[in-house]
Amino acid sequence: MAMTNESSGASFRPSMLLYDTRYRSMTIQIVVMFMLMAGFAWLVDNTVENLRALGKDFNFNFLSVRAGYDINQRLVEYTNDSSHGRAMLVGLLNTLLLALVSCVTATVIGVIAGVLRLSKNWIVSRLMGLYVEAFRNVPLLLWIIVIFAVMTESMPAPSAFRGENATSSMLFFDTVAITNRGVYVPGPLFTTSLGAINLGIISVSINFLLILAVVVGSLWANIRLLRHATAVQEATGLRPVTWWKSLLILFAPITVVLIALGFHLSYPSLQGFNFQDGTFLRNSFIAMWLALSLYTGAFIAENVRAGILAVSRGQTEAAFALGMRPSWTMNLVILPQALRVIIPPLISQYLNITKNTSLGIAVGYMDLRSTLGGITINQTGRELEGMLLLMLVYLAISLLISGLMNIYNNSVRLKER
Amino acid sequence: MSDTHSNTVAYVRDSMLPEATPPLTEVGAIRWLRENLFSGVLNIILTVLGISSVIWIVLHIGPWFLNAVWNAESLAECRQILDGATGACFGVIKDRWHQLIFGFYPPSAYWRPTLAFVLMLVALAPILFAGAPRKLFWFSAIYPALAFWLLWGGTIWFPIIAMAGFAVGYLAYRVTLPLSTLAATIVGVLATILWWLYLTGPISNMLSGALPIGIMPIRSDSFGGFMVSTVIGVTGIALSLPIGIVLALGRQSDMFLIKTVSVGFIEFIRGVPLITLLFTASLLLNYFLPPGTNFDIILRVIIMVTLFASAYMAEVIRGGLAALPRGQYEAADALGLDYWKAQRLIIMPQALKISIPGIVNTFIGLFKDTTLVVFIGILDPIGLSNAIRADSDWNGIYWELFGFIGLCFFIFCFGMSRYSQYLERKLKTDHR
Repeated sequence: MAMTNESSGASFRPSMLLYDTRYRSMTIQIVVMFMLMAGFAWLVDNTVENLRALGKDFNFNFLSVRAGYDINQRLVEYTNDSSHGRAMLVGLLNTLLLALVSCVTATVIGVIAGVLRLSKNWIVSRLMGLYVEAFRNVPLLLWIIVIFAVMTESMPAPSAFRGENATSSMLFFDTVAITNRGVYVPGPLFTTSLGAINLGIISVSINFLLILAVVVGSLWANIRLLRHATAVQEATGLRPVTWWKSLLILFAPITVVLIALGFHLSYPSLQGFNFQDGTFLRNSFIAMWLALSLYTGAFIAENVRAGILAVSRGQTEAAFALGMRPSWTMNLVILPQALRVIIPPLISQYLNITKNTSLGIAVGYMDLRSTLGGITINQTGRELEGMLLLMLVYLAISLLISGLMNIYNNSVRLKER
Repeated sequence: MSDTHSNTVAYVRDSMLPEATPPLTEVGAIRWLRENLFSGVLNIILTVLGISSVIWIVLHIGPWFLNAVWNAESLAECRQILDGATGACFGVIKDRWHQLIFGFYPPSAYWRPTLAFVLMLVALAPILFAGAPRKLFWFSAIYPALAFWLLWGGTIWFPIIAMAGFAVGYLAYRVTLPLSTLAATIVGVLATILWWLYLTGPISNMLSGALPIGIMPIRSDSFGGFMVSTVIGVTGIALSLPIGIVLALGRQSDMFLIKTVSVGFIEFIRGVPLITLLFTASLLLNYFLPPGTNFDIILRVIIMVTLFASAYMAEVIRGGLAALPRGQYEAADALGLDYWKAQRLIIMPQALKISIPGIVNTFIGLFKDTTLVVFIGILDPIGLSNAIRADSDWNGIYWELFGFIGLCFFIFCFGMSRYSQYLERKLKTDHR
């Protein structure tokens, strides 16, 4: 019996599930799948049980309930009568605003510090080394708190600006006031407003859209112009003069639009106990902005330094041997190659900035974590839903940024064949 | 010929001139200054800016630091001693030294974390330096249980019985080994887990009832200061490396499910801020665990910090694996090594060596991130600086505390990065 079975039954034995490499991976995956499903079911079961014991349910209706708290920095209209969902939107916009400005300044600081650290100037390269090590080796949270303390403790009160013998004065020809309440800078104003478009949840001013469209259009036209010049150069060997056309295309339309809209700046001025007019940047925002820029700038500086050092010396020498100027060498030979090394770590620094904006809670910056993940959770008692939503939003932002930056990275990557 | 020539020329030098000294501008300090500081217009501007910023910093911080008061009981007393002059009040660090290091740990038990710290250095020695005696590895192996007992106190039987779980697992492995290696491994791991789940508690209770040897138990809410940073940081560092390796291998795996799970885990953890994970640990873990479970907050934080760091670690190690030439994998296959042997003997040693800088950067990041526990109410150094300021004695003291905390973190992190450079030099095998 056994003999016939073995010969006819395609010689499959259960032990082959473990010892035959053809089946082993299948076995392992099935076991893992069952373990995962069991673990997941266990978690869900516990959660359901715990929620029932607490008399809670699982829904997101709280997002449409009146929030009842104020948010001191808002980019869109919000009052304490608005819903929790709207508070979440305000927080999200604050997070994105902080992340955006910090990414820009951190890149500028990082590139300058990274290049200067490679400079032959002894004192400057040492100073930059000191900056990089000091910021890389001390927690970001400490820097945020230190800068916030500097802003609130060491800056003059608005009253110090008043009177004949004022102890403090405004900077940059009386346009910027740094006080212990925050920084007042000139704010943009328009005499003619074209109204606003209501996009359902947020309304966007048409002035803003118009300016944005003009800027984007000018940039696009300039790129077209430069491409055309390159095409002419490749066909004839002579590059048409473009600089004045570029300047005209970039600056004439925006100037015309700004004049037509009656653009002017409103300067902050001391009225009563406080500064009025202009744009008010809160200490929490300034502290987060400076700390994130300086801290991440130190990391970016190291990336930039590594990228430049990764381009071999022979490339520079070859460029010089071809008779290129130092500026051309930098722009056409070194930078394109260094960028390939710099961009991937730069992406993860941008992601870090975005995630680190959640430290705003230390100084009371009303970002997504402070609105949705803080006050809303405390008021509604919806920890589970709130935290899940919070994590999903951060995850979506992170995936979006890394997706966009990966597209860019692929466009500058070395095309290997 | 030569005679006529010598006669026609009035003067011929027949000995070498002594070497002339180079011009003053080309030697020593002046040359160095010319080349390094004043070689061009831009360079001169940079030098002037650099020197003036150094002078500005020294002028502002110098007197503050030099006039520092080291002996004062309160900020008021310190200001009295200073008598209007600018100066730091480092008296706060002397006054609150124990608090900054131990938090609210009972003073009578300060010897325990101190001893645990000293023993940690001993346990780390064989791991960090090849010159240390190899037998110390045994001490490193039992150190986690010892440190747990010293810090949290309680009966000595619990850590001993928990460690015995490994012995039980090994025993089960040896007993079933004649049957098959795979079955023996599974039985060994299962035996250890079952021992911990079902037997450790009852046996240690029984033994401590029969033979009560122990030290005062201390709850983790009295932990604080640099002690808590070190506990979380060191445990996270020690655990995140192996988990990171497993995740990186999972991400490289051919098995679809393993790969998907690893990628999903890594990308999820890397996509959310650590703060949200810490809040999950403090707010939500009670939802996910069976009703009535409540375990130590520091343990929860350690788990979250470890998971967080291991996702980053996995990416760093994946970079190392990707950087390894394909030929190394093929050579391992050609030698007939199975997957685990190839990983252990060929792939991992090289991949880990390549990724040392990244690994240490992740460690440094993890250690700095321990400060975030302040948001869930654990009194780490930054939390303590707020607590000290809340006291009327030291209300209004900022820079001295921040400076001290920053300096301590700097020393730790800078030390780690220097050690990684030493390790890279030591492990360098290419001859270039």
